[in-house]
Amino acid sequence: MSAPHLIFLLAAAYLTVFLEAAWGGARHLLGAQIDLLPALMVYAGLSGGPVAISLLAFAGGLLFDSISANPMGISVIPLLAVGFGIHAGREFILARQFFAQATLGLAASAVCPAATLILLMSGGHRPLVGWGTFWQLGVMSLAGALASPLFFRLFSTLDRALIHRRAPETSFRSDREIRRGRG
Amino acid sequence: MALALVVLNLPGSLSARLKLGIGSVFLPMAGLVRSADHLAGSASATVASRGDLEQQNEALRRENQELKVRSTLSEGLERDNARLRQLIGWRQRQKLQLRLANVVLREPSNWWLSLEIDLGSRDGITTNRPVLNADGALVGRVAAVRLTRSQVVLLGDPNVHVAAVVENETRDMGVIGASGPVVNGLVELGYLARSANLKPGQTVRTSGQGGIFPADILIGQVVDLPVEDNSGNIARVKLAARLDALEAVWVLGE
Repeated sequence: MSAPHLIFLLAAAYLTVFLEAAWGGARHLLGAQIDLLPALMVYAGLSGGPVAISLLAFAGGLLFDSISANPMGISVIPLLAVGFGIHAGREFILARQFFAQATLGLAASAVCPAATLILLMSGGHRPLVGWGTFWQLGVMSLAGALASPLFFRLFSTLDRALIHRRAPETSFRSDREIRRGRG
Repeated sequence: MALALVVLNLPGSLSARLKLGIGSVFLPMAGLVRSADHLAGSASATVASRGDLEQQNEALRRENQELKVRSTLSEGLERDNARLRQLIGWRQRQKLQLRLANVVLREPSNWWLSLEIDLGSRDGITTNRPVLNADGALVGRVAAVRLTRSQVVLLGDPNVHVAAVVENETRDMGVIGASGPVVNGLVELGYLARSANLKPGQTVRTSGQGGIFPADILIGQVVDLPVEDNSGNIARVKLAARLDALEAVWVLGE
């Protein structure tokens, strides 16, 4: 993944966390706040390498924890695990398929919050959990399933619009041109 | 992964500093959103009709006059109260100051109830100060203070417990505890006596016990009859403050 790609990815993580903290509409309407970092991690896991995955997990996770009542760094571990898990199996995944992207987004958005909750509870914290947590995990998973293909399209559009590509070299050379006719 | 574990196990003070440092990257963005809100507000004010503004102005003037009269009356009552307290040797109540704060960010996770306000240690905010909504109903308490911002944990969060009293004949006491994970404005009122005589609609206020929340702050209303639990009876209370619609809050100081 090139430097501009990494910058886009980190900017997306920053905006995602900020919107989650500034806009409480989803919580108000659906009773659950949506977290799009796992869906972003699906993109990083399939399109990037270990550097992109680590950067996204640390930047996104620490940004998230800095404005949450979570202990600092607890969101990083599930994001890293999901990112490297997807990266390890990327050769067996049809990364360009909408269905694959949505399924991975759904799974990642269920696994990340569930793993964070398990880590919190095993660390002696008492987060708000109950039957409603299953509803919240369901809403977060569905949101992740929708967001993951959108991230792929967004980054593909940004890639085409903003990143300069060197024109491919042709085999044509003017000094080797065979001129026909009388001259 | 090892680095993540190191960050997770940092000492408390270092972790708090890291939180402050990283969290401050959202300040420009939060400021931008607030400026945009102000701009939208002032733009809508410029297009409001003169008639509407005059009507609004008149209503506010009347409300202001009424509040002035009430304030004068309550000052008299306050003086009477202080004199009577002195006569019977009760401890004088401390004067409480209110500081208005804007809500800048909300909890992004689903398993805590908290928000960030734009007042910090620079503004004299300290931890455990009670926080009220615009109507004076209890919202929560200050949990962590940074230089320019503070974190407020809301009623219903597992880290907030409030000693409460029900306004009925027996003045039943209990403790406001956690809510469910889906925010719907309902919290548990636990540790009630088995003989507690609660009825739906009765008002619940802070009892003043516990040393954090002063007495007589409105919490909410009982919504159903108590049920038995291991630690006494439990009833549900509908909070007076709408926690999902907070834009500005009052922080109580001494």
